[in-house]
Amino acid sequence: MASSLTIKGLDAAYGSVRVLEDIALEVRAGETVALLGTNGNGKSTLMKCVMGMLRPVAGSIVAEIDGTRHELNGLATEEIVELGVALVPEGRRLFPKLTVEENLYLGAYRRTARAQLKRNLAHCFDAFPRLAERRRQLAGDMSGGEQQMLALGRALMTAPRILLIDEPSVGLAPLLVRRTIDKIKELQEQYALTVLMAEQNFTQAIRIADRGYVIVHGKIAFAGETAEELNNNELIREFYLGA
Amino acid sequence: MGTKAFWLATTAAVLIVFAASRLVTNDYVFFAGYVVLQYVVLATAWNILGGYAGYINFGTSGFVGIGAYSTVVLHKLVGPPIPVLILVGGIVSGAIGLGMGYLTLRLRGVYFGIATLAMAIVVQTLVTNWDFVGGSRGVYIIRPAHVPFIGGYIQYLFLVMLVLAAVAVAAARTIERSVFGFGLAAIRDDEQAAEVSGVPTLRLKLIAISVSCGLMGMAGAPLPYYVTYLDPASAFNLGYTANTIAMPLIGGTASWVGPVIGAIGLATIQQVSTVTISSALNLLIVGVLLLICVVVAPNGIVGLVRGKRRRAGRGG
Repeated sequence: MASSLTIKGLDAAYGSVRVLEDIALEVRAGETVALLGTNGNGKSTLMKCVMGMLRPVAGSIVAEIDGTRHELNGLATEEIVELGVALVPEGRRLFPKLTVEENLYLGAYRRTARAQLKRNLAHCFDAFPRLAERRRQLAGDMSGGEQQMLALGRALMTAPRILLIDEPSVGLAPLLVRRTIDKIKELQEQYALTVLMAEQNFTQAIRIADRGYVIVHGKIAFAGETAEELNNNELIREFYLGA
Repeated sequence: MGTKAFWLATTAAVLIVFAASRLVTNDYVFFAGYVVLQYVVLATAWNILGGYAGYINFGTSGFVGIGAYSTVVLHKLVGPPIPVLILVGGIVSGAIGLGMGYLTLRLRGVYFGIATLAMAIVVQTLVTNWDFVGGSRGVYIIRPAHVPFIGGYIQYLFLVMLVLAAVAVAAARTIERSVFGFGLAAIRDDEQAAEVSGVPTLRLKLIAISVSCGLMGMAGAPLPYYVTYLDPASAFNLGYTANTIAMPLIGGTASWVGPVIGAIGLATIQQVSTVTISSALNLLIVGVLLLICVVVAPNGIVGLVRGKRRRAGRGG
């Protein structure tokens, strides 16, 4: 069953500071879409709006989940999670003083997720055998790469249909960035997820993205229909490659 | 400790203390014991929000006062027995805690603390200007000299507080091990991450503050009968706030054992020093112990013992 995300006319602000302006963005069923942009352009704010952690000033955020349409603007975060939208937050945001296993259990806090806890935990350990080995270790004691795996695993525990990933490459060594991005692709295919990934690391992100948006100063500056289009875009040269 | 063992131990502790108290003829022991048990309830209650969820409440004195003055009001209007007064004090205090939580729990860290402190002062000011409950003059409560089957009234109050302490500790332990307590631990560790994991953070915090403040009100409800003369300055004494924060911190905030150890230890030291040295020394003792605790046992006595055990386990 198909799940998609459609954002229209989204405005957001922190107090009187405008952060997002008239954002229109679509993630179609089964797609991996990259949201590209450097620091401070509004990528994380957009993610927060989708998750109900920041009330947008205007606009609609519609998630179609397994054929049912839901307006997310106005729902509480836990209700959005319950619907099947999960976020892997920037900087991973694990519970450092809880064990790996407890972190994963917390991912399945919602009642519906708790009902399938065993199955999801098995899936999670399947995808990340390393987490099974370290299940009793404190999350804060793990390496950056392992923590990113745990953050992904925790999001999977809610059995999401739409997965938002905020800067998975932050603070990771280049080799680990590559591995993490590959893992995201693998999970996307395995669970037929619809993925929106915010990323600064352009070359890594478009390796797995079907399409992409470039966000500059809170506006969508360019929407690329294919990875090639993004690759050959002037804006991206200007912003990323400094040419 | 398993759940069965916990209930057995709690019941046994209550019975043993009760039996031992039958042998005591000196009333002072009951007056002192009442205060110690009252602090077991207060520290345990505070820890439900402060220790489990990481929200530091500076308003303990406010909720003790609310519980105490709800008793004064009821005493003047109806005069029901103590258990009813405790229940009402708990409900009133819990409801006010819920209201305060709704207004302030969106604030984090020090801002939440300031708001709770302000609440306590506002309520004290209101009560001080409320003539029906005696205003700043205070109010006298005449209690019966004897209670059937138990004996003196102070023995009865001691027993009531003993049962209340057992109830509070059992409640805290149940919360700690429930899905609810697990959610609170997540809030303490990283509230935003808890939110995106689907933990209904605001709802959990509101339940926690209601339970916590409700128990504080329950601990305060028998106070007018204990002191027989109540005025706002003693009912809303900031000493309650300071002690109730210090006790869990000294004992350890991560589990229900910590506040119990901290309360029994600190309150006993205070009671003994009041008699043997000076009553003015109380808060100084709290300060010194807190300082020592920060240096020697940052995770409290429970954390210290657990750390030692873990190290011993690794060595052997």
